[in-house]
Amino acid sequence: MSQNVLHLENVTMQFGGVVAVNDVCMDVNDGEIVALIGPNGAGKTTVFNVITGVYSPTNGRVSLRGKVIAEDHPHGKMKKLYAAGHQFEYVHTIDYSPDRITKMGMARTFQNIRLFSSMTVFENVLVAKHMNMKAGFFASALHLNGREEARMREETMELLKVVGLDGVWDEIATSLPYGQQRRLEIARALSTHPSMLLLDEPAAGMNPQETENLSAFIREIKDRFHLTVLLIEHDMELVMDISDRIYVLNFGKCIATGTPVEIQSNPDVITAYLGVTEE
Amino acid sequence: MNTDSLTAKPRKKLDRATVIAIGVIFAIYALAFVLEQVIPSTSMLFTVLKKGATYALVAVSMNLLNGFTGLFSLGQAGFMLIGAYTYAVFTIPVAQRMSVYQYYNGGVIQFTLPVLVAIALAGVFAALFAFLIGLPVLRLKSDYLAIATLGFAEIIRAIFQWDKLGVVTNGSNLLRLFPTFNDFNIKDASGNVTLHLSTLIPFLIAGVCILFIVMLINSSYGRAFKAIRDDETAAEAMGINLPRHKMIAFCTSSFFAGVGGAMLAMYQNSVQAKYFTTSMTYEILLIVVIGGIGSVTGSCISSFLFVACSEWWLRFLDQEQTINGWQVPLLRNGFRLVVFSLIIMAVVLFFRKGIMGTRELPDLFRRRKPSGKGGAKA
Amino acid sequence: MLSTVLPYLLSGISVGGQYALIAIGYTMVYGILRLINFAHGDVFMVAGILMVYITASGAPLYVSIPLVLVTTALIGFAIERVAYKPLRSAPRMSIMISAIGVSYTLQNLVLYITGGLNQFYPSIPFISDTVTIGTTSTRMVTIVTPILTLLLVIALVMLINHTKIGMAMRAVSKDFETSRLMGIKINSVISVTFVIGSFLAAVGSILYFTNYSTVIQTSGSMPGLKAFVAAVFGGIGSVPGAVVGAFIIGICENLIKGLDTILVKAGISTKMFGFTTFSDAFTFALLIIILIVKPTGLFGEKQTDKV
Repeated sequence: MSQNVLHLENVTMQFGGVVAVNDVCMDVNDGEIVALIGPNGAGKTTVFNVITGVYSPTNGRVSLRGKVIAEDHPHGKMKKLYAAGHQFEYVHTIDYSPDRITKMGMARTFQNIRLFSSMTVFENVLVAKHMNMKAGFFASALHLNGREEARMREETMELLKVVGLDGVWDEIATSLPYGQQRRLEIARALSTHPSMLLLDEPAAGMNPQETENLSAFIREIKDRFHLTVLLIEHDMELVMDISDRIYVLNFGKCIATGTPVEIQSNPDVITAYLGVTEE
Repeated sequence: MNTDSLTAKPRKKLDRATVIAIGVIFAIYALAFVLEQVIPSTSMLFTVLKKGATYALVAVSMNLLNGFTGLFSLGQAGFMLIGAYTYAVFTIPVAQRMSVYQYYNGGVIQFTLPVLVAIALAGVFAALFAFLIGLPVLRLKSDYLAIATLGFAEIIRAIFQWDKLGVVTNGSNLLRLFPTFNDFNIKDASGNVTLHLSTLIPFLIAGVCILFIVMLINSSYGRAFKAIRDDETAAEAMGINLPRHKMIAFCTSSFFAGVGGAMLAMYQNSVQAKYFTTSMTYEILLIVVIGGIGSVTGSCISSFLFVACSEWWLRFLDQEQTINGWQVPLLRNGFRLVVFSLIIMAVVLFFRKGIMGTRELPDLFRRRKPSGKGGAKA
Repeated sequence: MLSTVLPYLLSGISVGGQYALIAIGYTMVYGILRLINFAHGDVFMVAGILMVYITASGAPLYVSIPLVLVTTALIGFAIERVAYKPLRSAPRMSIMISAIGVSYTLQNLVLYITGGLNQFYPSIPFISDTVTIGTTSTRMVTIVTPILTLLLVIALVMLINHTKIGMAMRAVSKDFETSRLMGIKINSVISVTFVIGSFLAAVGSILYFTNYSTVIQTSGSMPGLKAFVAAVFGGIGSVPGAVVGAFIIGICENLIKGLDTILVKAGISTKMFGFTTFSDAFTFALLIIILIVKPTGLFGEKQTDKV
């Protein structure tokens, strides 16, 4: 059995009275492509945000390759409001910031594309290399790290070639067509040398042809960069095509998990998406 | 696919436009130097040049923080104050201290530091205060950051006017008799000036500092700052530690605001806390806006324009004029500032991008590309 | 002991009420537009200047007071239309810079008109009269201010909670875009907010300058800044919060001014510490503490951003 990369245990995320994520457990293993699906508002992006450290969970634990990156239990007012109904047993409060988690090898894209709007395509990918730069502030400011800068720039250009965006390297990032912007966001995430990639609705707004290209693209970068992938997606063709396993979320709760075949025939999943037929 | 891209190395290269820009800057320096030798030094031109250079540095330091990193801070005057006082306190000649610190028995500091050291120290102390203030304040949302830094600037002003610290700060009395720009003029045996340097020196100090800031903006850290400005959440997701980088930007900006404060002291010949009010910060902010938030060149040009208008060119608006016995209405003391304020409002409302937008000096010498940068936004 | 503290307490309550009237303007505008109206303190100052000039031209009080109130309200309305409305879709920093620009302009205009000389505020009968409370003698305005402030605040809260326009204001401050989609006339709501805020600032200026008696172009800066701190302290967007914050600041500020004297009289200390210099700084220290400890203020609500 391949090594476990990401492990979620009893993760609950509650905003005041709203339980966005309810007692979710999840595992992603090395080299897998796992999909997180569910109707709109099911809490999928919130799960991403907890995993990447944007939110600290109300309860539960998240571990990356065995190291706990987030853990918490309900405090203060939350103790009374806590709705997940599970005995909370997480003693520590651990809250790694997003940049620390990225440095540990987990990178993500966003549901609403968040490119750096004042920068070019090239600069967007280049800035992601800043975190791995060895030179300190003064060396960098005084341009004493010429060789390192050259290396970073070369790597950036290489990466742009791999994703096919080298032709537009000097365009302002937000002036690109939508599909290319999505690819740029992925390239930017790849630029941080991740071992795990989180993609939030990468196929949103794409037509069937573009989605097929994306499917091949994801497989290609997964193999090329030895990645483990967790993705949120609504496009079922894409999901069924490339996922090894699927988790289904509805109203914050995990209602089913299994292989694509198992999920397709799962009655709870069908009900969640299509509703119950009226008698 | 554009085959040029396969060979194009998009690295910073000294293209023609940049070389021309550097040439222009050298020419300006040379011109300032020559002018000072030929035109009598009491001319308003030099007031504008000296004060302009000082404000240019402070404006660029504010632009680094507000324009490039997106941190709306209104504490500039406080850091200028710290820098001005540091410089003055450590350079007043020991022999003069008794007369300056007349109520405090000469004050507690009885040594002097060389001018350059004092200027550097001015920056260091300002940066140090910035670090302390930044710890609680930098995580606040933009509006709150503005008010918190404004508040801190006011607190600093109160502290420097406090009687109990008078042995160092001279309380609410002014500090004077420290070395000024004019002291850099080279004199001959009989005290006549043989070589005027009083304008070149501020240009050099400001120039070196602004050069560092420009290099910083074009480095990886500069890109990280811009990323923070564009989208904090995405920047953090790309591995940029927000508290650390915000603090670096804040301290660097404040360091240069401190140096600017020292320069202001050297220009004004006296330093008094009560003049470093929030109005001073507002003026710097308006200079930055007029020049273009995100343009170093813009801040520099705008500083000189601002100082020229407020000190020199619009002066005529303050004088009462009579034409053929008919008194021109409106023209009297203070009208200059009114006209000035209206011009600023016009820029803020109608020319939001400012003079330069986000362009820099080399961009003025570049031919327009048929497509590419600055093209239509999606 | 009480006789030592009393005068400071009284002036604290008085100035607190005046700050409250200014603070309401800040908090309402921020609640709706998310804008710190840097020019609000200067509108307060302009109201004072207006009174000086209108009275100097010979108008009797029953004309000048209403005139000042109405004109100031109109000025507030005009500023919003000219300097803020065009920038509503611009990034937040632009509109704040515009507010700073307006503040700068107002101050320079007044400087030009008055020549920078102190203007003496006309003495308004009844509220300028001296009155003795216990062992201290003070002006009538010290008693009138808190009462008037509370009445006005109650009227305002009733307006916000029980009228249609009040409901519109509450809706807009909760969700700007959706309110627009629901058919609320945004421009009217915003204008009403500015008119109310400026009107209250004008009332505050009448009370304030009766006490402080000189007006100069910078007279609005400090009270404005302190009123804003009060608004933040109480929870920006909350009218009751702004009022409570203002009174707290007014009282503490005056107590600090008198702290030296109080400590000496109480026998706790034998020399002056020079706390008076810090009475202003105290307000800012309070601001920073609240921003760090509870940025949403005493009565504020937390807001999470969606990522």
